[in-house]
Formats: sequence, structure tokens, C-alpha cells
Amino acid sequence: MLVLSGIAVIILGFLLRFNPLLVVAASALVTGLAAGLNPVAILAAFGHAFNETRYVTIIWIILPVIGLLERFGLQERARAVVAGFGRATAGRLLIVYLLFRQLTAAIGLTSLAGPAPTVRPLVAPMAEALAERQAGGLDEATRERVKALAAATDNVGLFFGEDIFLAVGSILLMKGLLQQFGIVLEPSQLSVWAIPSAITAFLIHGFRLWWLDRRLARGTAA
Amino acid sequence: MIGLPFVYAVAGALFAVYAGLAAFDRRWGNAALWGLVAISFLLGDRLGDIGNGVLVLAIVAIAGTGLARAGRPRAGAEAPRGNAIFLPVLIVPVVALVGTFAARWWPGWADPKQATLVCLAIGVLIALAAAVAWLRPRPATPFREGLRLMDSVGWAALLPQMLASLGAIFALSGVGTVVGGLVGGLIPDGSLIGATIAYGLGMALFTIVMGNAFAAFPVMMAAVGLPLLIHQHHGDPAIVCAIGMLSGFCGTLLTPMAANFNIVPAVLLELKDRNGVIRAQAPTALPLLLVNILLIWWLAFPR
Repeated sequence: MLVLSGIAVIILGFLLRFNPLLVVAASALVTGLAAGLNPVAILAAFGHAFNETRYVTIIWIILPVIGLLERFGLQERARAVVAGFGRATAGRLLIVYLLFRQLTAAIGLTSLAGPAPTVRPLVAPMAEALAERQAGGLDEATRERVKALAAATDNVGLFFGEDIFLAVGSILLMKGLLQQFGIVLEPSQLSVWAIPSAITAFLIHGFRLWWLDRRLARGTAA
Repeated sequence: MIGLPFVYAVAGALFAVYAGLAAFDRRWGNAALWGLVAISFLLGDRLGDIGNGVLVLAIVAIAGTGLARAGRPRAGAEAPRGNAIFLPVLIVPVVALVGTFAARWWPGWADPKQATLVCLAIGVLIALAAAVAWLRPRPATPFREGLRLMDSVGWAALLPQMLASLGAIFALSGVGTVVGGLVGGLIPDGSLIGATIAYGLGMALFTIVMGNAFAAFPVMMAAVGLPLLIHQHHGDPAIVCAIGMLSGFCGTLLTPMAANFNIVPAVLLELKDRNGVIRAQAPTALPLLLVNILLIWWLAFPR
């Protein structure tokens, strides 16, 4: 039970809005101590894991490309392009992006898009520009909400598309774990059962995006 | 063969340039932070576990106490270009994609386990070279602009890596077993719907705590899925697993612990509310979790 105190540290730290890096370090210390590890062992274990997981920080090497292109008007161009699509709306754009993200993830192309390579430079400014046109100007809260929904759409599409692909990490994890328990399954037997949830995710999130358009039209999207 | 060391060298060199540029501006906190990240990428494998631990503490001390500040706003923009400005953005995913398949068809040149990361790095280098050749900025401009974005992301860039490391400490300390035992203890004896709800909800809740459905899955399977749903109630293992994992993904949409999906985009989009993305996802995640639990209940068990 005592080892759960590290989770309490996390929850409290996030609620009180301490810097998350400090919160995580404190939680690691508390959890390790509660489990009876000595501080040097905790430091070594954390350092080892930090070094082994450097690959999650690799995505940032794309920033010089994005930054350079933004300086030459990438975001403004993205806005101008959607303005040329007569019947486009923020909701419709995001529904198309949701479908694109789900379908590409479902055939294994999970790294085709994401917050740094597509959402910040392209999808969010496009959705913002369209919402602006629909509502005739946006207040700050609505602008935030449209941008947040663009990021959310990327996540929902990725999460509820990728498990349809056979070779994705979670499918292999499930296959491996079941094998340990003496149950042998093919990846395709698992991935086919991701389809009902994927369809539901599209319907629920797509409905919310459609609803966004209605509220933008009435000027009450906040 | 090109593998992770190449990718880490590229990243390390880039962060070293950032550190140099920040030092040139006399923003010492930022210079120290990106310098430490550069050391981690370039020398991490030679520092030893305790050395890396000390490195993390130094990073936390600088980033966590606000010594590194957000960058300056964008300097005057250049003359905008036509729609061809989108092409360099597309180079990265196309190279990542083609390269990943190429690594499968012509093995030997890239480490097959890391093919996507290797191709991502190569894609970035090609895109950068193409954009520089076309736009002809001053040599420092891409790195200046990269640093501007990097500084605005700040500590959030390292949060996913920190949380992954915390996960290792949780695993070492047996947090999962304790949580799994707690969830298992809450189920009324012999109740199928009770066990199904505890399993689906437990996947989501434990994922919220750990930030990662992969950490929750083995625990919830051992605590509830295998003994109750599969063995006692004869549930179909494929359905219990597949939809159980997706119930966990609903939890991922709801937690700041899944930093690279929920916190990093909020910072990258310059949202004022750090939890804005989570707020935008909750009305999708909660009904979807309910549907997932119902799907397990309807589909997995013999009637």
C-alpha cells in the first residue's frame, strides 16, 4: 500500500501546479523509498531508465524545419489555402483529418502526422481560420477550444486507428502476454476486434466536431 | 548499419547548437538546459547509471525551477512563398514512410527495430537541406527558429521521457501489483457485469495513473482479465484483450501523465490552459469508455 504514496505525490503536485518535472522526480523518490530502495539505487534506476528512453525526445529534431518554414509564412499559407475552399468548415476539416488519421494509422502509418509535424503548422491554423470565418471573429476562449480540438482529433484518430494494424506495439504486447498465460492467438484475431471501437470513436468524436460547427454558426462555441 | 547512435548524434548535435545560440544571447538557464540534453544524447551511454541520474537531477533543477525562460517572439517574417511551402513539411513523413518499408525490403542498412526513428532523422535532414536550398535563409536562421520553438516548449519537451523513467521506478517498486490487487478486491463474487466493469474501468483508471495503457494492461489482465473474465466466465481472450486495451486508451486521453499526447500539444499550440487538450478530449473519451465496456460485455461472453 505504501508504494502508492508516489501516486498521491503526482496527483497533489499536478493539482497544486508545481513544475511537473519536480513532481515526477519527487514521486520517483517517494515511491522508491516506500518500496525500501536506498536513494542511490533510486538515482541509478532513474538515470538508467532516462538514458534508455531518450528516443521519446527525438521528435523535437523536426523543429528547425517547422520553425524555418513558419518564418517564411507556413501558418499564414495554411490559413489562406482553406479560405479558398468555399464550403469548408472547422468541423468538416477536423472530421476529414480524423478519418485520415484513423485510416493511415490502421495501415501502420502512425508517424505520418502528429502535434509537431502537422497539428501546429497546418491543422490548427486551418481550423482556426475556418472557425473565424464561420463565427465572424473568435473570442479568445473559442480560439483556444478550436485549437485544443485540433490536437484532440489527432490523438483520437491515432489511438483508435492504430490497433487495427497487425504489427503495432500494443497488439504484440497482448499476443506476448497471452502466450505467457498459455493462450496462443494470431495478431489478426486481436486487431479485428479493434474495429467496433474505432467506428464508435469516429461517430462520437465526429458528432462533437459536427456540433462545433453548429455552435460556431450560432456564435456560442464557448 | 544506421541505428540509434546515429539518431542520438543528430539530436545531440542539434541541442548543442541550441545551447551555443542561447549562450550567445546570454540566456544562461536555457543554454545550460539544452547543453545538458545534448550531453545526455551524445554521452549518455558512457556516463553510467548514477552519472545519468545526476544529469537528470541537474535538468530537473534548471527546468523545474524556471531558470530556463520562454524564447523571444518571432522576429520579422520573410516574404511569404506560395503553396510550395508545404512540400518540405511532407518530406519528413514521406521519407519516414518509404524508409521504413525500404528497411524491410532491403535489410542491412538500417537497424530494423529502429527503422522508423532512423528514417525520421534522415527525413528531417533531407527536409532541412531542401528548405535551406530553396529559401536561402542565413545559415543560423533554421537553428534560431528551432531554438525559438524549443524554448517555448521548454521543460515540457522532457516530461514524456521523465514519466517513462518514473514508470520504471513504479515497476521496480511493485506499484502495479498493489493497484491490481485493489481493483480485484472490489469485485462482488461471481458477478460477470461487475468483473467486466472493474476490468474496463480499471484499465482506464490505471492508465490515468501510469499515463500508459501498456503499463496497465499486464496488471489488469493478471488481476481481473485472466482469472475472472477468461477462466471463470469463459470470455473470448481476443475480445477481452483487444477492447480492454482500447479502454486503457480512453484513459490515456484523460491524463496529464500521457504528456506527449496531452501536455506537449497544449504547449506547442500555446494554449493558456495546460489541460485544454484533456478538456477537449474528455467528452469523447468518457462515452467511448462506456461503449468499450459494453462491447466487452456483449461480445466476449457465450450466451
